[in-house]
Amino acid sequence: MEYEVVVGMEVHVEIDTKSKVFCACSTNFHAPPNTNVCPICLGMPGVLPVLNRGMVEATVAVGLALNCTISRWSKMDRKNYFYPDLAKNYQISQYDLPLCHDGWMEINLDGTTKRIGITRAHMEEDTARNVHTIGVAESGVDFNRCGVPLLEIVTEPDIRSAQEAFEYLTRLKQLLQYLNVSDCNMEEGSLRAEANISIRPVGTEKFGVKTEVKNVASFSGVQKAIDYEIVRQRQVLEEGGTVVQETRGWDAAKGVTFSQRSKESAHDYRYFPEPDLVPVIVDEAWEKRIRESLPELPRARKQRFQDSYSLKPYDAGVLTASKAMADYFEAVVTAGAQPKPAANWIMVELQALLTEHKQELEDCKVTSASLAAMIGLIDDGTISGKIAKDVLIEMFDSGRDPKAIVTEKGLVQISDTAELEQIARDVLAANAGPVADFKAGKEKAFGFLVGQMMKATKGKGNPKIVNDILRNALSRV
Amino acid sequence: MTGTLYRLTAHELCDAYKSGKTTPSQAVSSCLDRINAVDSKLKAFVDVWKDYAVDQAQASDDRWAKGAPKGPLDGVPIGLKDVLCTKQGFTTCCSKILRGYRSPFDATVVERLLNAGAIPVGKLNMDEFAMGSSTENSSVQVTRNPWNLRCVPGGSSGGSAAAVAADECAITLGSDTGGSIRQPAACCGCVGLKPTYGRVSRYGLVAFASSLDQIGPFTKDAHDMALVMNVISGRDPHDATSADVPVPDYTKALRADVSDLTVGLPKEYFTDALGQEMREKIEAAVKVFEKSGAKVIEVSLPHTDYAVAVYYIVCTAEASANLARFDGVRYGYRAPNAVSVEDMYHRSKSEGYGPEVQRRIMLGTYVLSSGYYDAYYLKAQKARALIRRDFTNAFQKCDVILTPTAPTPAFEIGAKTADPLEMYLSDIYTISVNLAGIPGLSIPCGLTASKLPAGLQILGKPFGEETLLRAAYTYEQKRGFTLGQPPIS
Ligand SMILES: [Zn+2]
Repeated sequence: MEYEVVVGMEVHVEIDTKSKVFCACSTNFHAPPNTNVCPICLGMPGVLPVLNRGMVEATVAVGLALNCTISRWSKMDRKNYFYPDLAKNYQISQYDLPLCHDGWMEINLDGTTKRIGITRAHMEEDTARNVHTIGVAESGVDFNRCGVPLLEIVTEPDIRSAQEAFEYLTRLKQLLQYLNVSDCNMEEGSLRAEANISIRPVGTEKFGVKTEVKNVASFSGVQKAIDYEIVRQRQVLEEGGTVVQETRGWDAAKGVTFSQRSKESAHDYRYFPEPDLVPVIVDEAWEKRIRESLPELPRARKQRFQDSYSLKPYDAGVLTASKAMADYFEAVVTAGAQPKPAANWIMVELQALLTEHKQELEDCKVTSASLAAMIGLIDDGTISGKIAKDVLIEMFDSGRDPKAIVTEKGLVQISDTAELEQIARDVLAANAGPVADFKAGKEKAFGFLVGQMMKATKGKGNPKIVNDILRNALSRV
Repeated sequence: MTGTLYRLTAHELCDAYKSGKTTPSQAVSSCLDRINAVDSKLKAFVDVWKDYAVDQAQASDDRWAKGAPKGPLDGVPIGLKDVLCTKQGFTTCCSKILRGYRSPFDATVVERLLNAGAIPVGKLNMDEFAMGSSTENSSVQVTRNPWNLRCVPGGSSGGSAAAVAADECAITLGSDTGGSIRQPAACCGCVGLKPTYGRVSRYGLVAFASSLDQIGPFTKDAHDMALVMNVISGRDPHDATSADVPVPDYTKALRADVSDLTVGLPKEYFTDALGQEMREKIEAAVKVFEKSGAKVIEVSLPHTDYAVAVYYIVCTAEASANLARFDGVRYGYRAPNAVSVEDMYHRSKSEGYGPEVQRRIMLGTYVLSSGYYDAYYLKAQKARALIRRDFTNAFQKCDVILTPTAPTPAFEIGAKTADPLEMYLSDIYTISVNLAGIPGLSIPCGLTASKLPAGLQILGKPFGEETLLRAAYTYEQKRGFTLGQPPIS
């Protein structure tokens, strides 16, 4: 039987507000353990939460970008369960009235566009982190993360393949970064993705029993986990068994999912409205202000790159994939570089260096101004494109100014015709054979002679002038 | 004069400080002497801050000497229910689970009182986590009624009521979730006010039921009540539910005039549940209002019968979550020898909480459970809205509502401990007020034949504390009697 997979995603994102969602503590949870804490986020007796307005605005911004309806009236609820990383033993979250609901996001796959429905996006607080040290009988709890604002984004079960899930997550992360609401760092847990996966015979309506795969550290991990679950669930069904509704973990090393907790033992969270907080009311005026302050979003920016910079759709897509790269590209152009070479240098040479050194663009020493300056040196003939590649490596390593590098290393292109004519004469004299070949019509020999010219100039000969002089010299032989 | 300074009200003390007749140090030491003399019998205080109070009093002496008191309560000795967080001393809610717990911060009301110069002399006994109507649920001690030591002082703020009634300090603060200020005020013969929900910040009040809890004062008269309300009322950025409603000068409401007021008597409150003697006291009080020119009408609060049931669903549901944090992980009691995290939770809570607290946590957990939520919690919320509407409707016809505060005067210690439901009925006249969020004040309206105080409850519109204070002040001026001193025997 042929099966199709049905996937819904739940994504938790930590929002980069300055202070935590219900107190004034810093959201920097990398500080030494239990230093960004106060009576409120520690759940001391007598404290009360106060909702961070910045979190409401960030959530509304995300909701609008995801084409959601923004609730005029929503509320916070208590989700009750006991765990040492939960200071109050309830999490303040949103249950039946999320701030954002009924939206959608488009993904592109193999040239077709598809809408993924967004069920809801709601506000909640992150938990602390339990710290277990091997060989120590007691565990510790670091409450720095407790109360960091968390946004949960839930999709409809609209995803039909692991690739679609990957594409959805990539687009979502891109969007969140464009909105500047989160660094979306999966390794540090500021973005966490869970997939609800079920399969059903192609052509049927009814959903199969789903499993929930949690704690996956990368998007490609999610993709692999879904593919693994498709095979596993199909095998279970084909052997006449039933899929167990449960939470499963992902073992990246072995490439398998494994059972963590079955739904039978799941909690009854006893949700009820949080009486310590007043309803969240976002009126039309506030929504409008947030809508008007939204930055340009990826789709719009890609289109603008095509229109304003005459870039090909593919190039515009690559450059706008991350906000950081798109910003960088525009800064290089603003600094005076032509869009086309700027795009090429960023997408090809700079990207290669970043990949090779496992560096993020944000940490790159090559400033937009210096890359523009380097492109300028090619344009005005100071250096060749070939030399420029070496200059870029030096810039990448040291962060120095390209002009300084070129001057110091004597990389200035030889455009002096007298000097190049002398070199041409020497090269022709030393290579009688190839010269004869050329004269006999073997165009290939010309390339060899150019190579000899470049060798003699240590690569600094201006390629165009070298070409002209060499042809000239050959015609006179 | 030091001898009986403890008998004075806050406004009398401040007048005496101003005129130089006495000093805060003398008043504070008078109160400390009084505590020393009577509290071994009363057991109102769970902690007395003698050295702290003496130091604070000396600083206050200097301010008065310079003619620059911090505020209208500078140098006034006050007491605080142990449910209020204080940096000074311990904050235990009279529960074993918080024994020895020190709060890292002062409750907003405490901060405001300190800024006004008031001098806390210690913490007061209460039912554990404010759950009870007799203060017998304290894990520390049983407080006695100053009018009859065999009787309870009411609860849950029994220590706060007994301390003011027995002149251990001029003013105390309590908390009221279903009557926990008004009912003990009635039992002990002092004035107690539960303000409108949101009038006073709850920050630093250890939560029992967040949507019902309000902090309020116990005083010897309406004048002091106005002074304290001036200090503790108003919006607090730390409490999202505190209302952004301007705070008037409540002392301006102290006029002996109710001729423009219509007084409503809810017919549902004057049934057989109300004892004959209490009924007569209330009727006499109503006559005082009538004689003073108020118009008296009958009103109806048709959903009164549902109040107790609704209350015990709402308050236990909220309490079950509010008390979840006492788990032995970060502070408070942690049972020894637990074999797992879950075992630590079980043992710490089983050993740390008294039976009434455990009963309410279990009840609250039950009504929120999947499958029961709609039948209990949700239905209770709907009924709560009806109860609130009852009051809205009634207040279209009248300005204040007069009722008994409690169906009976203080009962004997142990009389109702075996029957929780019987105990819950002590609050039948006060509970609806918390569900509706309106203000309610209890003021003494005489002594019964067995020499126990009776309380008149005055209810007002939301943020109508001024009218309540005017009615209370008028009644005080016109009732034609004083309770006199409790015998403390
Ligand atoms: Zn904090």
